[in-house]
Amino acid sequence: MIQPLVPKTVPSIVSRDPVVPADSAQVSLLAERLSAWFGHFQAVRDVTLQVHRNRVTAIIGPSGCGKSTFIRCLNRMHEVIPEARVEGKVWLDGWNIYEEKVDPVEVRRRIGMVFQKANPFPTMSIYDNVCAGLRLNGVRKKSVLDAAVEESLRLAALWEEVKDNLRAFGTSLSGGQQQRLCIARALSVKPELLLMDEPCSALDPVATSKIEELIYRLKERYTVVIVTHNMQQAARASDYTGFLLMGQLIEFGPTGKIFTNPSDSRTEAYITGRFG
Amino acid sequence: MIVRHFDEELKQLKERLLSMAGLAEQAIGKSVKALVDRDPKLALTVMNEDAIINRFEVEIEEICLTLLARYQPEAKDLRTIAMVFKIVNDLERVGDQGVNVSERTLDLLKEPLLKPLIDIPKMAVLAQQMLKDALDAFVNQDADLARAVCRRDDEVDHLNDQVYHELLVYMTKDPKTITRAIDLILIGRHLERVADHATNIAEDVYYLVKGTTIKHRLAGD
Repeated sequence: MIQPLVPKTVPSIVSRDPVVPADSAQVSLLAERLSAWFGHFQAVRDVTLQVHRNRVTAIIGPSGCGKSTFIRCLNRMHEVIPEARVEGKVWLDGWNIYEEKVDPVEVRRRIGMVFQKANPFPTMSIYDNVCAGLRLNGVRKKSVLDAAVEESLRLAALWEEVKDNLRAFGTSLSGGQQQRLCIARALSVKPELLLMDEPCSALDPVATSKIEELIYRLKERYTVVIVTHNMQQAARASDYTGFLLMGQLIEFGPTGKIFTNPSDSRTEAYITGRFG
Repeated sequence: MIVRHFDEELKQLKERLLSMAGLAEQAIGKSVKALVDRDPKLALTVMNEDAIINRFEVEIEEICLTLLARYQPEAKDLRTIAMVFKIVNDLERVGDQGVNVSERTLDLLKEPLLKPLIDIPKMAVLAQQMLKDALDAFVNQDADLARAVCRRDDEVDHLNDQVYHELLVYMTKDPKTITRAIDLILIGRHLERVADHATNIAEDVYYLVKGTTIKHRLAGD
């Protein structure tokens, strides 16, 4: 399962040599025997999963199966919850993000996240929302910020709708636009991977289609992992699908295969609506 | 208007179907050319190339199933995929008819020509044209053309009857002609089947475009 791989460049997030090199042209991220707890409750059980580069990977499963917890482990967001704990490794370009010397803030810059409910900074304009991350990283030059704002908003398919109104509050936008604004904000710091936790669950079908199309197009430049309880969304938007049940990865494979001929009877039961 | 990557996938599916249709059409053209030119090599080529058509059938069916499972298409999208699923089946059978004609041709080439071939090449041209028009109707979503294709099936049936009766006369007069006559009757029959498949495809295209059927003369004209 775990192939010995050699990193191409020395990344900045750790200062020592990688123990297990884990990268190739195809694999962007590798979760290796990942487990996560809330206190005594184990939410994720020994999950090993490869995230393919420039592809969309969907994680599906019934409520409470651990899918959100799982992706929150992928950029060290799980540990910010009191009493939460993670075991196992997450390899990004050959480096385990759970190494002691790794700075979680740097991990989160390289692995961006978009949440269920759009959460633009309420006191900030559209422009300021998008470049908040860059400013935090010390970018001050207006021409650089301007270019980044336009590029990020274009990538998030929002530019045409807001370009004449960049000084308006982010919160003045519609729900779907706000979510695309959050995607633009996440993209502005040029992450290598984008995690999306139920990014459409608060949106109407039209806004949902727009986000799904956006996800599909983003993979030209990014690697995306999306958690969704909407199986049809996983079917439409992803290239690979993983099915989680009670914290365990039951099945993982190409989306076309999972939705036409799953190998595990529990996957079949879930995607055909027999439980969950 | 929302851009859907599903449309791109549908477009690719249609392109695959048209590639397959091109091969099926060629199989008929080549098989009859092999008969007319008395060219066993060409007949063998048709038989070998049928494997490609078969692979197309399996591949396109798989794409259809995947698209159905992944996108849960509705209305015309749904009809398109359902009809493509049926059309590939007819195209695969057209390919088989090319193989059948080629087999009969190889048999016929063992003996001298029984009679000049007139109606059989005519049937082949008509059947091929029907096939081509049915696929054009598919590409252009042209229900009128699809309906017109269905009407032309009678011409091919008529020619087939003519071939049959003419050869019956040969056989009654001279039993030595029976083997060759039967081969030619079968070839006529195979080409008549090609026209039937073209008709099926045209009916499917009509349903795809209009959402109502003209099969089994069920259309309320």
